Amino acid sequence: MSVSAVFVLDLKGRVLLSRDYRGDVSLKVAEKFIIKLNELEEAGKVTPVFYDDGVSYCYITHSNLVLMTVSRTNANAAAMLLFLHKLRDILTTYFGELEEESLRDNFVIAYELLDEVMDFGWVQFTEAKILAEYIKTDAYKMEVQARPPMAVTNAVSWRSEGIRYKKNEVFLDVVESVNLLVNSNGTVVRSEVAGALKMRTFLSGMPECKLGLNDKVLFDAQGRGGKNKSVDLEDMKFHQCVRLARFENDRTISFIPPDGAFDLMTYRLNQNVRPLIWVECIVEKHSRSRTEYLVKARSQFKERSSANNVEILLPLPPDAIAPTVRASQGAAVYVPEKEALIWKIKSFPGGREFLLRCKFGLPSVAAEEEAHGRMPPMRVSFEIPYFTVSGIQVRYLKVIEKSGYQALPWVRYITTGGEYEIRMQ
Amino acid sequence: MASGDGKYFATTKKGEIHEFKEDLRALDRSKKKEAVKKVIAAMTVGKDVSMLFPDVVNCMQTDDLELKKLVYLYLINYAKTQPDLAIMAVNTFVKDSQDPNPLIRALAVRTMGCIRVDKITEYLCDPLQRCLKDDDPYVRKTAAVCVAKLYDINPELVEDRGFLDALKDLLADSNPMVVANAVAALAEIHEVGGSAAFHITSTSLFKLLRALNECTEWGQVFILDSLAGYTARDAKDAESIVERVTPRLQHANCAVVLSAVKVILKQMAAIGDEALNKALMKKMAPPLVTLLSGEPEIQYVALRNISLIVQQYPQILSHEVKVFFCKYNDPIYVKMEKLEIMIALASDRNVDQVLLEFKEYATEVDVDFVRKAVRAIGRCAVSLERAAERCINVLLELIQTKVAYVVQEAVVVIKDIFRRYPNRYESVIATLCECLDTLDEPEARAAMVWVIGEYAERIDNADELLEGFLESFPEEPAAVQLQLVTAAVKLFLKKPQPRAQQMIQLVLTYATQETDNPDLRDRAFIYWRLLSTDPEAARAVVLSEKPVIADTATALEPSLLSTLLANLSTLASVYHKPPEAFVSRTRLAVQRADELAPAAFEDDSGTPSSSSAGGGGAGAGAGPAAPAAGAPGPGAPAAGGAPAPPSGADLLGDLLELDSPAPAPAHAHAPAHSANGSMGLDLLGGLGGLDLGGPPAPVPGPPPQAQPAPPAFADPFAAPAPAPFASSAPPAAAPLPVLLPADKGKGLALSGQLARANGGPVFRLAFSNSSAGALDGFMIQFNRNSFGLAPAAQAVPLGPLPPGGSATVDVPLAQNAALLAPGPATALLQVAVRSNQLGVAYFNAAADLGALLLEGGALEPAAFVPAWKALPDGAEAADSLPATLGAWPQASAKLAAANVFTMAHKAVPGSREEVAYLTARAATLPAPTQLLLELRWAAGAPGVRAAVRSERSDFAPMVFAALRGILGG
Repeated sequence: MSVSAVFVLDLKGRVLLSRDYRGDVSLKVAEKFIIKLNELEEAGKVTPVFYDDGVSYCYITHSNLVLMTVSRTNANAAAMLLFLHKLRDILTTYFGELEEESLRDNFVIAYELLDEVMDFGWVQFTEAKILAEYIKTDAYKMEVQARPPMAVTNAVSWRSEGIRYKKNEVFLDVVESVNLLVNSNGTVVRSEVAGALKMRTFLSGMPECKLGLNDKVLFDAQGRGGKNKSVDLEDMKFHQCVRLARFENDRTISFIPPDGAFDLMTYRLNQNVRPLIWVECIVEKHSRSRTEYLVKARSQFKERSSANNVEILLPLPPDAIAPTVRASQGAAVYVPEKEALIWKIKSFPGGREFLLRCKFGLPSVAAEEEAHGRMPPMRVSFEIPYFTVSGIQVRYLKVIEKSGYQALPWVRYITTGGEYEIRMQ
Repeated sequence: MASGDGKYFATTKKGEIHEFKEDLRALDRSKKKEAVKKVIAAMTVGKDVSMLFPDVVNCMQTDDLELKKLVYLYLINYAKTQPDLAIMAVNTFVKDSQDPNPLIRALAVRTMGCIRVDKITEYLCDPLQRCLKDDDPYVRKTAAVCVAKLYDINPELVEDRGFLDALKDLLADSNPMVVANAVAALAEIHEVGGSAAFHITSTSLFKLLRALNECTEWGQVFILDSLAGYTARDAKDAESIVERVTPRLQHANCAVVLSAVKVILKQMAAIGDEALNKALMKKMAPPLVTLLSGEPEIQYVALRNISLIVQQYPQILSHEVKVFFCKYNDPIYVKMEKLEIMIALASDRNVDQVLLEFKEYATEVDVDFVRKAVRAIGRCAVSLERAAERCINVLLELIQTKVAYVVQEAVVVIKDIFRRYPNRYESVIATLCECLDTLDEPEARAAMVWVIGEYAERIDNADELLEGFLESFPEEPAAVQLQLVTAAVKLFLKKPQPRAQQMIQLVLTYATQETDNPDLRDRAFIYWRLLSTDPEAARAVVLSEKPVIADTATALEPSLLSTLLANLSTLASVYHKPPEAFVSRTRLAVQRADELAPAAFEDDSGTPSSSSAGGGGAGAGAGPAAPAAGAPGPGAPAAGGAPAPPSGADLLGDLLELDSPAPAPAHAHAPAHSANGSMGLDLLGGLGGLDLGGPPAPVPGPPPQAQPAPPAFADPFAAPAPAPFASSAPPAAAPLPVLLPADKGKGLALSGQLARANGGPVFRLAFSNSSAGALDGFMIQFNRNSFGLAPAAQAVPLGPLPPGGSATVDVPLAQNAALLAPGPATALLQVAVRSNQLGVAYFNAAADLGALLLEGGALEPAAFVPAWKALPDGAEAADSLPATLGAWPQASAKLAAANVFTMAHKAVPGSREEVAYLTARAATLPAPTQLLLELRWAAGAPGVRAAVRSERSDFAPMVFAALRGILGG
């Protein structure tokens, strides 16, 4: 690993905050960084990791800030970039919003955090929740001297002891987002489901949890693959609280959860699903200056389900003039800054088809570069509650705590449109 | 949640430090704390507050944890500047390291380790020893890191005091976080010290694997990274490691996943069991794919790594090409990498899909991406024989779009496809020929010329097409010229018709005589000799069968590839370069004290600290340079230094012949010059003889003394001096200033100025002859001048100038200390030009300092401020320029092109003013002069205030004149 220094800069390269961990780079590298970055930008060769004059820079941007690590060694690039994202999350949790002003207003805390999250350029600890237990924003609360929470060094580094709730509850949301890429000729190029089990726990003590899913691999192993409906989840990724070795052994998902909200698990499904909402756009060019879109949107899921908050983004040419729209359902507005028409349908029941017509003009003199540069794709976002594409089911969620309380698990399922792109003709 | 600390940044400027000092000494605790916060705020914005050291350290002993942390932070930053005072802190450190609160104990060792002062390290040892055995794991994990810090400062001490063994003991610690930090520390000591500090043995291996299950995600990364260096004893050993590491592939942290992949790949070699390895690869594929759902920056690292992995193990992701299809909103750096992997994974099975995608991308907006997509199609064609035809069809469709850069890129790749599959797809040549007019990029033009030459026998009008290109031959870039020469020869060999003969004559004449490009000249000579001695041999050489090409754009050498795979997830794997190519870490930390002291651009206003003391650069400096400011013309000092030449032949002799200190080669070649004209004719004659024979069969006579002639013509001007070609001038965009009007020059008019070409100064001189007869035998000489400038050769490289003719020549200049005029520098340059017909003409020219600015005259940015400060304020001169600076990057580029290099640039906060610091090195005698410049201007408004500092204040007016020339306006 070994990061030499961490910087927070504004977009002009002014240092807002820096922490030198190794004393082997000059703090001037921030200036060099921004010069080189501008150079790369001009050449169209920007990458999030680059090398200049003996120093490697990794950076991410957040609103108008640049978070950057500097290293002279062959450090772990993936870890550095992830660390920056974590640092961003920590600072955001602490300050509510991470921007120049909030950083200035909290620079003392920010320094304290930088001292704790990294030592000698090695990432140490990035759990915002636990850090908040001994690095407090409010100076007045420091009457009693803070001590490092057990969790910092414990095997369970994400949860502190002694949490108490009157009512012990767990909320589990199964969220599947559909990523779809449809080519301009109407063929599905790629479809993928990215699922996540999002948990919010309000549990006392150190609860042991066990989660049961209709996991095909598990069912097959137990010899009951035949009759039960099971799903083959492609690449399950777990929050660090899940015992991976145990999962590897017998596919049991067991863990002591962090307090509050976290993603317990993510998974992927590469099966080719029928696009849930199909959009077709026929472009009719009546003349050089008059064009018409005929858009058909069709829901291709069961009739008893219904998609909510459907938003279809239809790109228009940047120089479109006065579009007029008629939609058989919902409302469509022209959003010039997005160079698009946004068609909103509050509720879209399964097995239905809605139409939209949009007429607009174009300047009669063609712009120079009109010949090339294709239109951006159409995008669709939606939510279908009580439904998952994969058919994943939470069979049980057991919570065992030594005090023996009963915890109530609440499970919800929802499918949303993710990166849902349909290329225009 | 804002605690409103922003107010600490609002300062009162004057007397600030004094105020801090008083507050720091205050008895009131809250006032003290406020003061420390203000000091830290000042430090944050880069101000030097090191002088407060004793006062801040006095605040160290406190039970206010927040205050203590702030003081520690201050110590880390400034202890090095005040090593003697740093000792003051030791007592508190030692005391804190025994505090009942583990947080404070840890804080003390952690901070002490960061203070890189020798004297302190001695006192660090005892507390460190204690803390390594502390009851609290939080303290132990901090102490483990501290050992590595100490090793960085004083390795002997670490070994003498047995810290290495203590660290090794920590590997067996009950706490996983302590183990992880001990691993990181040992690994680093091992790497830096080169000592055998850390060898994973079978026992320690077991401990590491156990800790892997329990420690934080970052600890897992440390452990996995050090496991990647472990070589298994046998297959069983390797298998057990893989077994323990595989579950990590399910971790949500991408760094853990990548490091786990690295360990598994490493052990796979030792396992040797094909079935198991196959299963492992199957297991690694989904996690690798999932890495692409992360943040774009992580995706980038993942993609760079995947590109390495698929090079070694193509089967691992052979079914996953779709996941690398680009999304519309992917950042461009992600798209570029995805494209690369799509090419690598393209196979006969999926090529249709992939091509469809490439075609889609080729209509996107980003030009670089579009080009790469077009190129990708060509690369697929080259590597997948069965798909080549489909690729060609897609390329032809793209050519129909008529988008210039798409067409050009397509032409370039089609050339590669022709190379790979000769004589298979000539049918497309017709289409290519249709888009000839679109081609304006060198690479595309060169490719097209190659195609025409290669398939000359199949293209009916090949000669016409080539002729079209030849019209602009002298202006073509070198790559195109080289292709044209070859293509002309091919055409001649394939279709030896009169037209082709003419063409080859023309091309070879130009390429051997009029070019300054040695590659082109050599190639032309070789062809010419081949053609004239043995046309059959020429045929064999030029039309020989070419070796088959392959797509090697990304292929890495096997040894490098295996190094990079062992470094997966690290910077090396991102750069695709071995670590030693970029790791610059030296064991001893760099001295930072020197940088803190001057604190270069510390001030908000962006003025270097020193000049702000002098009241801003612009006002201060007019002093010594002022008298000279208005004198770029023939000033008094010049007249004193060298009397103006009276007319008369004697002086001409002085100027032109007299023990001229011009470089020797000029003399050596002077006689050859007169022969030059007829030599050129000989060449042509020879060539004509060659071609008249019709078929390229036996040619009478060897080529007439070809070799010596052109050198005689070109050598005196060695590298520079683009030779005059007919009347087409070198790139002189602006009209040159008139030096000698025709009425004074007896019909010879001269205009010209100094310029820089090919890394040296030249005198760009336009001759125009309005006299009745032709002029020839031009010679030139300079009088002594402030820069010791003289023509490198007296003979002007210019043939006879017919009446009414004109030509522009770059006369290469040399510098010679013996020609240095005494006295303060002026821009005056006295020149004499002689011709056989008109005798000598005298005139004055201005020496433009801009022509003497050296390439590579930039300074290390760190060296700029000391250099600036080293020059007294009196060495500064200022002037205002009428230029309007647009966007800074463009202006900076313009200046850099003129060898004036930007050191720093900032906007002055609170105003529309911007300020830039630049440097340039002027080739002056006896030694080059480093010029340090400051430019200030208001964005968008005309007028730039310039200030310059250098050893030679007498150059200042010429610097400003040069800047006017560069910036225009």
